[in-house]
Amino acid sequence: MKRKACLITSSIVGTLAVLAACGCARAHKTPTVPHSTAAGSALQVSSGDRQLGSAGAPLPQPLVMQVNDDQGNGVTGALVQFSGPAGVKFDPSEALSDSSGQVTTSVTLGNTAGRYELTAVTYNKTGRALSVQVPELAAGYQEELGYQVQRKYCSRCHDPESTPEQVSNHDNLAVAPHSFDQGNTYNKLSDADLMAIIGHGGPAMNLSALMPPYDKTLTKADIQAVIAYIRLVSDPPYQAPGVVYAKP
Amino acid sequence: MRTLKNCWNSWRRLFGDPIRAFGITSVLLLIALAIAPAKDHFSEWRHYQHGYLKLIQSRRDAPVLERHFQAGIHQIWLPKLGVVDRCETCHVGLTETSLGDVRMEPYSRHPAIPHSMQQFGCVVCHRGQGAATTVAAAHDSTLAPNEPILPARYDEAACGQCHHADLEGTPTLNQGRELLARYGCVRCHTIKLPDGSAMQPTDAPPPLTHIADKTTREWIYAWLKDPASYAASATMPNFLLSDQEARDISAFLMANSVPKPGDTASLKATSATNADPAAGASLYGESFCASCHAMQNAAGNLVGGDLGPELTAVGTKVKPEWLTAWLRDPRNYDAGTAMPHYRFTDAQLGLLSGFLESKTNSDLLANVHLDPATPEQIAHGKQLVEVYGCAACHAIRGVPKPDNYGPDLSRVGSKPLAQLVFTAGMPRTLPTYLSNKIEHPRIFGPGLHMPQFTFTPAQVDALTTALLSLTDRSYTLPAKMQIAAVGQSSYTPAGKAGELMTDLNCMACHRINGHGGDMAPDLSWEGSAVQRQWLDAFLKNPNTLRPALIRRMPRFNLTDQERTELTNYIMTVYQNPKIDRDAMPQSGYSAEMVEHGRQLFYGKYACQSCHIVDPVQDRGYIGPTLTDVGSRLNAEWIYLWLKNPQQLRPGTIEPNRGMSDDDARALTAFLTMQKGAGSRKSGAGVASLRTSGTKGVGQ
Repeated sequence: MKRKACLITSSIVGTLAVLAACGCARAHKTPTVPHSTAAGSALQVSSGDRQLGSAGAPLPQPLVMQVNDDQGNGVTGALVQFSGPAGVKFDPSEALSDSSGQVTTSVTLGNTAGRYELTAVTYNKTGRALSVQVPELAAGYQEELGYQVQRKYCSRCHDPESTPEQVSNHDNLAVAPHSFDQGNTYNKLSDADLMAIIGHGGPAMNLSALMPPYDKTLTKADIQAVIAYIRLVSDPPYQAPGVVYAKP
Repeated sequence: MRTLKNCWNSWRRLFGDPIRAFGITSVLLLIALAIAPAKDHFSEWRHYQHGYLKLIQSRRDAPVLERHFQAGIHQIWLPKLGVVDRCETCHVGLTETSLGDVRMEPYSRHPAIPHSMQQFGCVVCHRGQGAATTVAAAHDSTLAPNEPILPARYDEAACGQCHHADLEGTPTLNQGRELLARYGCVRCHTIKLPDGSAMQPTDAPPPLTHIADKTTREWIYAWLKDPASYAASATMPNFLLSDQEARDISAFLMANSVPKPGDTASLKATSATNADPAAGASLYGESFCASCHAMQNAAGNLVGGDLGPELTAVGTKVKPEWLTAWLRDPRNYDAGTAMPHYRFTDAQLGLLSGFLESKTNSDLLANVHLDPATPEQIAHGKQLVEVYGCAACHAIRGVPKPDNYGPDLSRVGSKPLAQLVFTAGMPRTLPTYLSNKIEHPRIFGPGLHMPQFTFTPAQVDALTTALLSLTDRSYTLPAKMQIAAVGQSSYTPAGKAGELMTDLNCMACHRINGHGGDMAPDLSWEGSAVQRQWLDAFLKNPNTLRPALIRRMPRFNLTDQERTELTNYIMTVYQNPKIDRDAMPQSGYSAEMVEHGRQLFYGKYACQSCHIVDPVQDRGYIGPTLTDVGSRLNAEWIYLWLKNPQQLRPGTIEPNRGMSDDDARALTAFLTMQKGAGSRKSGAGVASLRTSGTKGVGQ
């Protein structure tokens, strides 16, 4: 009995020693890991989320996270780690917050088009992880084409934001068009519905006549590209209907 | 000795007995025979195919995916394109549309593209070694040194191998090509396309033959040292010259300059000092100088176009007498300039040059003190001008334009790595080399002359993409796959009116018969579209057609004779032969027809979402205002436009509504009634063209 206890103790000690050795070895191998000198109690996105980038290319703007304390002031020296699906690269992938509590990283999205859910994590005083999901959008060829087509033909009415280069017509319309990121509206419509509305105009689906038909102006591929773009930017994200099987 | 003995003993133990020897040999033979099938069994691609089967097992559509799956090596063989691609062996799910959510490689679905994989294969776009069946041999630069996989961020380079014209879905490639032409890259480097044409520059570097009329040696020195310190948006790169080099080049350029009569003018009516700054600023605004020239505003943001140079600190650069002469007639100094010849009065010249002279940057020349140039310095300056290839861009008296100053880049996208020099630690791939060369041209060794540009990372990526599209493959692919670039035609308007149009530089903004800019509407068929009275009045005082646009047609202060000449020319020459201007009557439609058109306008076609007919009620800002369209456009043009807008102006955003003849006729009737304030409510056929022609103009 005593011997057994001795054995268990020694094995535990041994395991711990091995683990400690491993930990030390790892810490020695990568001396660049910054040590957290402070802990925040809230993590939020400061800027750079929901950007539309190209697959495999860096996002146009850096992702900036903000670490705050209980009073909402920036915390300096808190460690923030970034992670994402396979293929996403961060530079740097972890960093300490600066004097205003911000951590900046440049993000390169994976090689496939679609929505990427990135995660930013920091740890509070008790060591509990505070994580924030940051969505970013990667456009493939079709979405890129859709973006270009909608910028020329659609966004003047569908994008409420006005710039000196492109004045928005959104607020001038009797029936306000839906901005393309309104997932709650667009996700209910199937690809065929959207194809009908864009191709044959609003009245084709009992919607406003202010939406003109584009089937004689745009090619089918162009319209499909616009739909792909709408699906990409939609918030909440669009879930494609899976394959539907007949019930036995 | 002892080891030898040991060996002998073990040999005897194994093979001493013939039966045992036979047994052991058989086992060894069996193992040897098993190596080949085992190698096949444990091959990388089989491992990936197993992984795929495991991945799809848990999916709802597993039965379908499993049915599509076929084990073994798959190959796309396209002899005409030189394609033998086995990529699909590991990239199993490329064509499975339901795998859209799979991010794990090599199983993700291929994004939708306009081409079929079975027709083009994989390596035509992605590079790599298609025939390989291991990951490293197919992708990596170590085993496939000259054709490693192209990083996804440069994917659009693949499209550019065949599509030499811009594609809507490849903005990065388009931007890269535009930068190559706009930043003068193609003035030093030749870029020939497979059809034999060469990429043409779109920038307009000024001639330096009369530079001393225009500016001072101190400014040239400061500009040469760092163009960005004078103008943030400068397209001239930094040649990283030493103080001495900049001193000598500036000495040579000043000494080499010859004065030109008419390049300087004294200010008469109002001198720069007592000009009213507010009046000058408003004249700058009224003349729409900002359509082409940018200026930094109080917040430090650049506001304005990029067709002409930035004017933030122009007062530090140009001499006042030169500026006045330039504003009076720019073509005297530079016959090839894109600047229009405004017919400013002396008072206006004083105002405008006074306003521009006040735009200075006192820091720029504060520390520039140059002693008078010596003959040695001037001679050295000329040498330097030749060494740095200044004459590749600028016309300089006595220095011939160098031929092929930089290396030919026609096939740079397939450049063998053995011909490139890499710096220590730089990954040995072509995209890395190109992007580094663009970003830091001088790091590759001493004695290099390529200047330093200030490109953003996105611009560097775009340029790299454009260069990577210039491959050997685009020469070896079948010629019928090549889609030629749409170049500018060589059209120039003829006769006296043509001279006037050149003087006004109409084609800096307008395109006519395939030649000209794209800032303003295409005028090739303007004579078929508009009415003479309207055009005449518009040239006199261009009014606003599209309220949402910030770039507008300036007023050139034409004389009556010039205006008549221009109007006559446009109305006579710029006609579409297929349009009969008199096919639709300009007036005389029945009241019912007009009312029917009105209902179609506001009801069925909802034109008010983009156009304004009734300024009180309508709010559409996208298309041109139609309040006086009846006195502006020809009725037949309106009718044909309604039937098919893209046929009259390709690329216009007004959708083709597929209107019936009757609807188009009724709408035309309604629109021809819109002749500006006062006549809108008038009944059918009342307002005749001649009396109301100019009423709508100038509102």
